[in-house]
Amino acid sequence: MILIHCPYCDETLPELEFAYAGEAHIARPLDPSGLSDEDWERYLFIRANPRGRHNERWRHVHGCGRFFNAVRDTVTDKFELTYKAGEPRK
Amino acid sequence: MSAYRLDGMGRVNRGAPVNFTFDGKSYQGFAGDSLASALLANGVSLFGRSFKYHRPRGLLGAGAEEPNALVSVDRGGGRYTPNLRAPAVELYEGLNARSQNRWPSLQTDFGSINDRLGRFFPAGFYNKTFMWPRSFWEKLYEPSIRRMAGLGDAPTEADPDTYSACYAYCDVLIVGAGPAGIDAALEACAARKHVILIDENDELGGGALADPALAAWLETSLRDLANAPNVTLLRRTTALGYYHDNFIGAVERLTDHLAQPGHGAREQLWRIRAGEVVLAQGAIERPLVFEGNDVPGVMLASAARTYLFRFGVAVGRNVAVMAVHDSGWKDALAMAKAGVRIAAIIDLRETVAAALVDEAKALGIRTELGSAVIGVAGRQAVKGIEVSRADGSMRQKLACDAVLMAGGWTPSVHLWSHSLGKLAWSDDWGAYLPDVPNENCRCVGACGGKWSFGSGLNIGALPSPRDPATFKAFVDFQNDVTAKDIALAVREGMKSVEHIKRYTTNGMATDQGKTSNLNALQLASSALDRPVQAIGLTTFRPPYTPQTFGALAGHAKDALFQPVRKTGIDPWAEEHGAVFELVAQWRRARYFPKAGEDMHAAVNRECLAVREGVGIFDASTLGKIEVVGPDAAEFLNRMYTNPWKQLEPGRCRYGLLLREDGFITDDGVSARMAPDRFHLTTTTGGAARVLNMMEDYLQTEWPDLNVWLTSTTEQYAVIALQGPKARDVIAPLVAGIDLSPEAFPHMAVREGTICGVPTRLFRVSFTGELGFEINVPAAYGRHVWEAVWAAGQAHGITPYGTETMHVLRAEKGFIIVGQDTDGTVTPFDAGLDWAVGKKKPDFVGKRSMARPDIVASGRKQLVGLLTDDPSVVLEEGAQIVLDPNQPVPMKMVGHVTSSYWSATLGRSIAMALVAGGFDRMGETIYVPMPGKTLTAKVVKPMFYDAEGSRLNG
Ligand SMILES: [Zn+2]
Repeated sequence: MILIHCPYCDETLPELEFAYAGEAHIARPLDPSGLSDEDWERYLFIRANPRGRHNERWRHVHGCGRFFNAVRDTVTDKFELTYKAGEPRK
Repeated sequence: MSAYRLDGMGRVNRGAPVNFTFDGKSYQGFAGDSLASALLANGVSLFGRSFKYHRPRGLLGAGAEEPNALVSVDRGGGRYTPNLRAPAVELYEGLNARSQNRWPSLQTDFGSINDRLGRFFPAGFYNKTFMWPRSFWEKLYEPSIRRMAGLGDAPTEADPDTYSACYAYCDVLIVGAGPAGIDAALEACAARKHVILIDENDELGGGALADPALAAWLETSLRDLANAPNVTLLRRTTALGYYHDNFIGAVERLTDHLAQPGHGAREQLWRIRAGEVVLAQGAIERPLVFEGNDVPGVMLASAARTYLFRFGVAVGRNVAVMAVHDSGWKDALAMAKAGVRIAAIIDLRETVAAALVDEAKALGIRTELGSAVIGVAGRQAVKGIEVSRADGSMRQKLACDAVLMAGGWTPSVHLWSHSLGKLAWSDDWGAYLPDVPNENCRCVGACGGKWSFGSGLNIGALPSPRDPATFKAFVDFQNDVTAKDIALAVREGMKSVEHIKRYTTNGMATDQGKTSNLNALQLASSALDRPVQAIGLTTFRPPYTPQTFGALAGHAKDALFQPVRKTGIDPWAEEHGAVFELVAQWRRARYFPKAGEDMHAAVNRECLAVREGVGIFDASTLGKIEVVGPDAAEFLNRMYTNPWKQLEPGRCRYGLLLREDGFITDDGVSARMAPDRFHLTTTTGGAARVLNMMEDYLQTEWPDLNVWLTSTTEQYAVIALQGPKARDVIAPLVAGIDLSPEAFPHMAVREGTICGVPTRLFRVSFTGELGFEINVPAAYGRHVWEAVWAAGQAHGITPYGTETMHVLRAEKGFIIVGQDTDGTVTPFDAGLDWAVGKKKPDFVGKRSMARPDIVASGRKQLVGLLTDDPSVVLEEGAQIVLDPNQPVPMKMVGHVTSSYWSATLGRSIAMALVAGGFDRMGETIYVPMPGKTLTAKVVKPMFYDAEGSRLNG
């Protein structure tokens, strides 16, 4: 069971307290109606799915309830770091 | 075989005899015996029949690796466990064990005919022999395979035992309490670390238990560890898996070894998080592959050593040793010095360390170098062996009653591999050794390759002058995989070890190849003429040894498997005879049958009572979210399809929630309690999902909005009162609210009291009738319910359940998200475009309303169906076609989503998703069912009071 560091609680806790929430840094467009079908499709469905370093979102759902970002290696499952929502990509 | 107990040897307690039975026959052993050692001491050599060929099998090993001696233990009262390894079963008074995989008896087994029909059971026989004809599978192949093959029988009774679980933390976790593990524990203990040392055996000591020279050291060391406050010793505890971040799962067996299991937990699951993990799991000796290597009495040399020095049992009176490794010589010499007669040591190597050969000669042991065993006499017990030079010359027969195999050692890297530690091939060991760790973990002792016990050869099979295609030399004893099966798999094109494993079944079943994997690799390597490292290695997966489902499930079974959520009014429903159903995790009253009523009759009565009088319904399970803050209206305006900013305090609105892809995900009626406060409701099953989704947008997309979300689902009891007499019932109970239609119209909310309890009183309707939903603090739910119930008696108040609620809403064409929608339905598809604020610049899912596939024609749309025969109620889920005469497979254009008998209308009604449904009004569609085709007309999904006049009563 993976240990995950919640950047809000500043505690490292078992993954049972957390929920995965998809790829990070995919901001909702400010004006969706102004987007072409292709751009909207890209926002909705197209994800990087890398082998290796992945910026992704987690929620400390059974703790503080906050969403935050993480860098996890999809091969080794190791968390490189976690950081608060709104901080730039790391 | 003629094993016997030696006086003065071993650690068993001669003063404590233990009576037990095996296949109904009574035997006696001693405290400290395993079932295997006790049976051996009684001269038993035949322990079971093999998986495929039903060949007689004895003990191969003395530990967890045992592939042959699988037994079932029946303690009575449902305490029955199959497929236990006899060396791992501790003896206790009254133990009742049975052999497996034989009929009618172990000695006379009809299934052994398979052995002579071996040519019909080649490698991959599941894959190819039974492929044709297909129809034979069900009637012939599967039943006969099930009867003839397989391991023990599954239990037929519920397990009466309980199982517990715990978490533990330590600085150093050591797996394996042999000499290396104990040394590591002493070292960590001295460094004042918190240590947990676990071992799967009943006694700590591992290999030291079979080495009298280490007895004194072992006793002192274990006493020191037991007395250290910072050390926890766990016996009978198997580390089953190694997971991320030094998390180890282990099962401790608490009662299986006791004559009276008592009332405590049978096993305890340990979930251990360790700072450092030290693996000291040792190594497992490899068998040798030669003709007859599975005759009972042929076993691992190390096992014979263990039986002798730990249990005081000599495995034979005249023991031959077949070695390709120095450790076999050492075991033979130790046994000879302890008084066991060694018939001969045969070694394939031409030269063996002089010290070993000289010592053997000094002990009067015959040695045959450059030679191999090429055959074993005896079927149920070893009677002798045939030996030849490696080139097949000088064949000779030798009398003996046991054959010990010393084929080298395989480090137990299972847990290391679970942790994703890397392995590296070692030519010295002829095995994979731990290389680069992936966790804070190290291997010590033999499992780390750090154990010096001489040298040896690494080979696939012993040479034989006979054609290898003519005899069976076993590689995987448990799965009856022979050397020629591996050769056949390679000939038939299997090149990777993963393919070879699946084709031959080598390394499957309970032992997971603990004694067979390396030999299979060596054989495949020879057959493919490629180095072993190029063949690959099968993946090690938890559990290390078979574990009970009970230990893994723990308390999570029966009522505790998933807690049932109950409302405060639930006990009233139970007292009044409700039939319940589960909705998400909630238990909800489905209907309230009176004496003699079935569901149909009860629901008809309940429906008419609501339409004509008044019904009372527990709606407490509705999801509820309190949305508070200066930006609350702006937030809901962005989340929901419809406009919220203009909603006045005291008014309600039906909210439709989409995902960003444009599909409906939830709905519910919500009220504005104040300019900065909303009382949201969600579907019963959607509450947590909706809250999560709203939190997501609030925290990550619009953190600038000043809004707080609080789940209030369990804070309120909700009593729905529906029907033309609803107002009359509550009027005497309500204070502080003007209930008149003018002051309190449909889709309004008021705050006041009911029976003196503060309430948020909604005037809403999911039935089409005049209705109220009384929200009161949950703790007052039953009190208010009973007061309303009492007040309603004069009006014929009727309790109703979810089934009636479903029928009444369907009569009005109200959808249930998840029943009439399936995650691919847009507001337009569901006929809910009126709930979409088209002037709003944006809301979640709005852009997707213009996606090409969503504006395309031919989408499935929600329509009503009226069957031509009004007495026919369609089946929910039934498929719809336009032409009933088309050939099968027909083109299906949709399916029935909701279907009921409507007592109000005196006929059936249904809703369905039908391709292009809105343009098919009045058309006939067809619903093919077994033996008949039903017909129905497409109509608008509004079957009752289309004008909505009843709402305004
Ligand atoms: Zn947190």
